[in-house]
Amino acid sequence: MENIRNFSIIAHIDHGKSTLADRLIQFTGVCNERNFQDQLLDNMDIERERGITIKSNAISLPYRAQNGQTYTLNLIDTPGHVDFSYEVSRSLASCEGVLLLIDAAQGVQAQTLANLYLAMEHNLEVIPIINKIDLPSADIDRVLEEIDSELGLDPDTHIKASAKEGTGIEEILEAIVLRIPPPTGSGDNPLAALIFDAKYDAYRGTVIHSRVFEGAVKAGDIIRFMYNNSTYKVEEVGHFLLQRAKREKLSAGEVGYIIAGVKTVSDVRTGDTITHQDRPCLQPLPGFKEVKPVVFASIYPIASDDYQDLADSLEKYKLNDASFIYEKDSSAALGQGFRCGFLGLLHLDIVQERLEREYDLSIILSVPSVRYRFTLKDGSVLYVDNPTHYPDPAEIAKGEEPYIRASMMLPERYLGSVMKLCMEKRGVNSNMNYTGPGRVELSYEMPLAEVIFDFYDRFKSVTQGYGSFDYDVLDYRESSLVLMDILVNGEKVDALSQIVHRERARARALNACDRLKDEIPRQMYKIAIQGAIGSEIIARSTISAFRKDVTAKCYGGDITRKRKLLEKQKEGKKRMKMIGSVSIPQSAFLAVLKSDND
Amino acid sequence: MIKNEQAGLYIHIPFCLSKCAYCSFYSIAAPNLIPEFIKALLREMAFWKSSSLPGQGFDTIYLGGGTPSLLLGGQIQEIMNAVNSAFVIDRQAEVTMELNPGNVSPEYLRNLRAWGVNRLNIGVQSFDDGILKFLGRRHSAREAVCAIDAARAAGFYNIGLDLIYGISGQDIRLWTETLERALSFVPEHLSCYQLSVEAQTPLFGRYRSEGLSLPAESEALDFFFATSHRLAEAGYRHYEVSNFARGNSFRSRHNMKYWRHIPYLGLGPSAHSFCAGRRWWNTADVAAYIQNLFEGKTPVRQSEELSAEQLALEALFLGLRTQDGIDLEQYQALYGVDLLTAKKQTLGQLVENGLVEIRDGRLSPTLSGLAVADSLALI
Ligand SMILES: Nc1nc2c(ncn2[C@@H]2O[C@H](COP(=O)(O)OP(=O)(O)O)[C@@H](O)[C@H]2O)c(=O)[nH]1
Ligand code: SF4
Ligand SMILES: [Mg+2]
Repeated sequence: MENIRNFSIIAHIDHGKSTLADRLIQFTGVCNERNFQDQLLDNMDIERERGITIKSNAISLPYRAQNGQTYTLNLIDTPGHVDFSYEVSRSLASCEGVLLLIDAAQGVQAQTLANLYLAMEHNLEVIPIINKIDLPSADIDRVLEEIDSELGLDPDTHIKASAKEGTGIEEILEAIVLRIPPPTGSGDNPLAALIFDAKYDAYRGTVIHSRVFEGAVKAGDIIRFMYNNSTYKVEEVGHFLLQRAKREKLSAGEVGYIIAGVKTVSDVRTGDTITHQDRPCLQPLPGFKEVKPVVFASIYPIASDDYQDLADSLEKYKLNDASFIYEKDSSAALGQGFRCGFLGLLHLDIVQERLEREYDLSIILSVPSVRYRFTLKDGSVLYVDNPTHYPDPAEIAKGEEPYIRASMMLPERYLGSVMKLCMEKRGVNSNMNYTGPGRVELSYEMPLAEVIFDFYDRFKSVTQGYGSFDYDVLDYRESSLVLMDILVNGEKVDALSQIVHRERARARALNACDRLKDEIPRQMYKIAIQGAIGSEIIARSTISAFRKDVTAKCYGGDITRKRKLLEKQKEGKKRMKMIGSVSIPQSAFLAVLKSDND
Repeated sequence: MIKNEQAGLYIHIPFCLSKCAYCSFYSIAAPNLIPEFIKALLREMAFWKSSSLPGQGFDTIYLGGGTPSLLLGGQIQEIMNAVNSAFVIDRQAEVTMELNPGNVSPEYLRNLRAWGVNRLNIGVQSFDDGILKFLGRRHSAREAVCAIDAARAAGFYNIGLDLIYGISGQDIRLWTETLERALSFVPEHLSCYQLSVEAQTPLFGRYRSEGLSLPAESEALDFFFATSHRLAEAGYRHYEVSNFARGNSFRSRHNMKYWRHIPYLGLGPSAHSFCAGRRWWNTADVAAYIQNLFEGKTPVRQSEELSAEQLALEALFLGLRTQDGIDLEQYQALYGVDLLTAKKQTLGQLVENGLVEIRDGRLSPTLSGLAVADSLALI
């Protein structure tokens, strides 16, 4: 155990986390150059493109230190977005230290701070690393100053590196050995292993990623998940090298995998504690939380023929994403589809993108909704996360919506604009607190519905990327709610219906009308777009018809070309949804979905 | 396919004295190649003679280009003789030749008639010298007038004039002047094309570098409507997007075959042919064309077998370019689609918005519909 170090790399997006991970992997020689592929830890395209690591991942690096001893350095990668902050916290809970990466040219950024705070919550050793020192625009002195004033860390503890060029790598590995404490715990105690991730493997079922805190686990053991007391027989344990490497056992302090005949990832809970059936630990490891979807939206195939494909794809997708839930749904305008639950909007984006990219589906998403609570006049209580299930307004005695506590960290200079934004988003009960010179911690209670729209984007933009944001769900509070519908040439597009706060309805409707106006291509006739509450029209816009659009010449030599063009246009139209006689492109649905007044 | 209708024969003469600024037709300024080209053309005809379009006679011939009138009278005669010996030509055939104003003598025109040409399509384009210059035409308005007068004098009673509108610097008034001037000759046929500036033409470069702009949609529509209304008043039928005829019998029988999927055989470089759901076309390169034929090879460069779906789409967009529109029953019989049922809602909208009419079993565009005919086909 003395020779084990468990650590994560944390950083603002693009500060070089994946690149550094690659260098560490290369340096320690887990893989030879031949099978080395840049950015090994991010193994999905989307992660590479978006520069965020969505699901945690881990690897054990064998390292022979300058003191002559050999160490096992377990690198645990973390996702980087508030939607997944719980997953991040579980990964960090598995570590004793972190490398805090700071871009030498950009300096301390919002997520640098947010991640630092998370690390500090877990009492982790923090090693600040100034990366990209090879850049001509690197300003190391400024970064050192920021490490001191903004992060409150001792600037003398930093290491300079260029992950790209491979400088400073050995110094980093030495610091991991010397400065990050070895894990504590005892292999003789009852088993307590933290689940920090789970992946689906087509042959082995669920592969649990775990950090053992106490005791040891080996093949043949009967283990118990403390969250639901389900038991399984361990089939195999091992370490993460480039592939899984089977081991005799996993003991206190170690990071590795456990395969135990668990069918799907939904059968395990990130943050849960694994113990032995016959010699359990007294209590689970701290910090477990059951993550529940808070954002709901329906997914429809653009072509109704694709429904079965969509169903199959969701089933496959679900295998690897326990926090995603879905069930059948149908829409008058869009046909058969699925109602889905997500951790947040980014999670929704990711699912959407996966479905489109990996499963090659064209889909339409309805406007996301939170889960509302209605008390009807007969006393019954109804949870509604789908506008199509909105109760008869005449029957509603009380409507309530979920509130969250938003916690924000930001430089003082943005305080005014952030407070303005929070108030605009119906924030109440603010709390403010100076955490350092020029740094403020701000919290508000806000309706979740306001946050899932574009709060995060706007927050980032008003704080120019220097603010960090996190939230916890609080409770339900009474609210004046209405159902707002969108009509296109008189036909209701139910996927665009939204449950909104009465005061928000008009603005939302106007915005939706405008966005649709921009996104729906002009057609041969005028298109009226209306926003309505019941039969009351509260917003409208009109798309004028185009009236001249015809090729002048079409003789023998022009026909094939013209037909090909039409075929292409027709193909494009297939990717649109017909509402009445109006074709609405997918982008229009997306535009409304992202809409808020900005 | 419509049975019992004879095919059309198109012959592409790919030579011009110089290139007009807007031209995207295949033609080159290499008159020295004409003699070899004619030899090659005769070989191509000989080839079709042995393997003619299945059981087809022809009742239209169209000598297009390029500038067919660059050919000497003797050369036209040679071509016409070869056509008559290679193909079964109907006695009533419509035989059109395109003519560019300038250097056409009365004698040349009289000879054309003697060799069977009975319809002339004259590339007037405009009666404004400024515009002609802008378009890069070689002739003046005066020469156009001479050509028309000469054609009439030579006894042509079926004359079509080509005109272009929507040109930078040309407002409705200037266009109307050209139109009136054209009407003063009481032509049997008029083609009024809205200028389209195609990529890879000199005009394209000019429009870009000189910041010229094409008419805005509403202005283009004004031109379109004004043209149609004025010509209707003068007794012309707006029978296709850009084509007008002084009575049905003066419609271009040849061009109508394109819009109705009637078989046609195209000879010469870049010419397209269509028969029995297949379309094929020749190399768009005179030298290659000549070489191929001299080596006994086919000049056909590409062909496509149209699926039922493609044929249906073509029938729709071609039909909707014409005032006659689409015979719904025939459409259903050929393509198995009952448009009235399949597109009920959209057609309802289109009727309501005055873009199409459904009458006597036909679906046809109104004037406003013709203006958006391409899009009508996307229903
Ligand atoms: N110049 C330079 N670029 C770097 C360095 N480290 C990473 N990068 C580049 O910064 C970008 C983001 O790196 P990445 O590792 O994906 O960042 P992540 O989002 O933190 O995982 C990539 O284009 C890297 O090539 C460095 O040390 N120097
Ligand atoms: S005369 Fe006709 S074919 Fe020849 S260049 Fe001009 S437009 Fe083109
Ligand atoms: Mg990354």
